[in-house]
Amino acid sequence: MIATACLIALIATSVAILLNLYRLAIGPDVTDRILALDTMVINAIGLIVLLGIYYGTTIYFEAAMLIAMVGFVTTVAFCKYLLRGNVIE
Amino acid sequence: MHWIGEAAVTALILIGAFFLLVGSFGLAKLPDLMRRLHGPSKSTTLGIGSLLIASMLYFAIAGAHISFHELLITIFLFLTAPVTAHMLAKAHILRSQTDRASLPPTNRPSGWATLDVEK
Repeated sequence: MIATACLIALIATSVAILLNLYRLAIGPDVTDRILALDTMVINAIGLIVLLGIYYGTTIYFEAAMLIAMVGFVTTVAFCKYLLRGNVIE
Repeated sequence: MHWIGEAAVTALILIGAFFLLVGSFGLAKLPDLMRRLHGPSKSTTLGIGSLLIASMLYFAIAGAHISFHELLITIFLFLTAPVTAHMLAKAHILRSQTDRASLPPTNRPSGWATLDVEK
């Protein structure tokens, strides 16, 4: 039952990543593209956690943690660059 | 594994995937950035929290010990989602001429969404 739910959730999350990719491609402004990238990172964390449940292993959590941190820092650096014209002043 | 725990993990996985999909659909569908921010910052955060709680419950039931890595990721994402949304909204207000024109004056030299430099 859990394996079937994992497969359904993997398909749903993949469709969500495709929707993010659509917004990343057509986004009218650069802030839309940053938002699409941020959402894509969160969906990627969801995929990693689902794979961990599906294979029954806990070795993927460090990868999920690192991707969460790198995604947050990336988004803040992009926004900082747009706001101030520089990342570290 | 007891069937109640299995049903709870299944329900949490399905709820999490549903909210992830709804958040991304809102990002793709809604008309402008201030409305598009709602999908990822609320719905997707709820979905990822539900998935991580499902993972924690699954490994607590199936494995021998409880792991708190997922709780760490959950807390980190719940703390960073409002910060990201705020930074994106500020960048959008700074860049969008129409949104800046509709805002009241700040009585500061630089205006909205930026800092005044001390001369």
